[in-house]
Amino acid sequence: MITFDAVTKRFPDGTVAVDDLTLEAPTGEITVLVGPSGCGKTTSLRMINRMIDASEGKILLDGVPVQSIAPPTLRRGIGYVIQQAGLFPHRKIVDNIATVPYLLGWDRKRARGRAMELLERVGLDAALAGRYPFQLSGGQQQRVGVARALAADPPVLLMDEPFSAVDPVVRTTLQEELLRLQSELNKTIVFVTHDIDEAIKLGDKVAVLRVGGRLAQLAAPKTLLSEPSDDFVREFLGHDRGIRRLQFVSTEGLRLRTDLTVRQGGEGGSSEEPWLLVVDEQGGPVGWIAGARPGELEPFGTFLYGRDSMRSALDAALLSPSGCSVAVDDEGKVVGVATREALDEALAEAADG
Amino acid sequence: MGEGPPSLWEWIGRNWDTGRAGSIKDLLLDHLTMSLVPILLALVVALPLGLACVRWRWLYQPASGLMNVVYALPSLPVFMLLISVTGLTQTTVIIPLAFYGVAVLLPAVVGGLDSVPDHVRQSAVAMGFTPRRRLLAVELPIAVPVVLAGLRVVAVSSISLVSVGALIGQGGLGGLFTRAYQNPFMPPVIVGIVLIVLLALIADGLLVLAQRLLTPWVRARKGATS
Repeated sequence: MITFDAVTKRFPDGTVAVDDLTLEAPTGEITVLVGPSGCGKTTSLRMINRMIDASEGKILLDGVPVQSIAPPTLRRGIGYVIQQAGLFPHRKIVDNIATVPYLLGWDRKRARGRAMELLERVGLDAALAGRYPFQLSGGQQQRVGVARALAADPPVLLMDEPFSAVDPVVRTTLQEELLRLQSELNKTIVFVTHDIDEAIKLGDKVAVLRVGGRLAQLAAPKTLLSEPSDDFVREFLGHDRGIRRLQFVSTEGLRLRTDLTVRQGGEGGSSEEPWLLVVDEQGGPVGWIAGARPGELEPFGTFLYGRDSMRSALDAALLSPSGCSVAVDDEGKVVGVATREALDEALAEAADG
Repeated sequence: MGEGPPSLWEWIGRNWDTGRAGSIKDLLLDHLTMSLVPILLALVVALPLGLACVRWRWLYQPASGLMNVVYALPSLPVFMLLISVTGLTQTTVIIPLAFYGVAVLLPAVVGGLDSVPDHVRQSAVAMGFTPRRRLLAVELPIAVPVVLAGLRVVAVSSISLVSVGALIGQGGLGGLFTRAYQNPFMPPVIVGIVLIVLLALIADGLLVLAQRLLTPWVRARKGATS
């Protein structure tokens, strides 16, 4: 656990970057520091590994003040990932990843073995080990950055806007990979971003900081969206926070109809219904047909029943002229159909809850 | 020398190794000494000086300004000044050349260290490098291409400048030019020019080779962008 106890950082020129910050980043969870530029989020992060020293207050790492540990020793026990990855251009990928093990005095063979293990773990081809950083794409470099931070298996990981320099598609993939890794590794992660969507997606807890380095609110993403503490937080969350809150509402228990499907090329279903879903031999969705005039197949949208959020279910419904969304299982087989009425009920429930 | 003027090759054959001072071989070795020693001295001085200038920024302007003034001094009066201390020796040639070398290498060392991207430096700090180890394992290796580029200039100019020392009787192959001045006879001049250019080309080639061996990642980088 990382504890900020009334921490203030005042720079020599008098600017206060962090003002009386008190918060806890619990063990094994992702705590996101988010806020506009000038809110002291990066300064706060860097005070944890003493790249910047606090002016007042204490930062504790599992109860031990970081001030009592010599910086190089402290830093070798804390993984660190930054925006442009910060890879060493003159070192091969494998040696970049093995940096901290080398610093800790591991022998070359063991360090490189560990590096190869991590290369695979972050989803990179072993063939990249012998390349230099400039031969990799931005997304690949960022993965190497994560692998390097994990190399000595530190319990704590600090991430400073690690995904903001890559394109949106790669960013989404990297975010998902981080969540996957975290589910396996359970590190104590402090993640800094200016992107509230990223904060909500990744954080177990989100700390919203305002300019001048004051904590505005510390809460779970869902609470943040439903109960912003003040106008600053409300504004920072943006206008569509209601819709975004739906990503924390499960589709488990969403009422499904199973009588609206019809086998491809086969009979069945009632022509009373305005829309019927055509499924193939394997039970996968093919398209919607208007019940009254069969023929043309219309597009459909699917969501993983019980796993995807209400936001995905609603999104799937909007993709189809039928206004219904198709619930599928892990194998892509149709479980049932969520009609407008069913979605409506679930939305009403979400609004109450 | 015989009756008619000897041909170029005859002259070379006769003067290559006479066993006395002033043979071509002798001059060549002198030339090598007087150009290589300043290059090494310049490197040995410029590296720590450059590091100090990066560490204490205020030092850089006065240091590079002073070196530029030294670089601007014409070599002849410098020789005259030094003769009173070091006499008509190789040292008198080596000292100014070493200073010229420092003048070129100092900005190269500082520029090389400045070429280390900030995020690379930051991540080295964050991973727990001690300042010393960071310098040796991260910053200096990344500075190598820029420093070597400066060293190539120093090597070539130093090899060429040694010949000026002939004015005080210590010019290595430059001695071949002063002889022609006294006696208009072309073979020594041609031999002098060719050997000096060859030396410069060889030194430059060796440095390019060193760069390839020391910094394979620079080539990799070019390969990636082409």
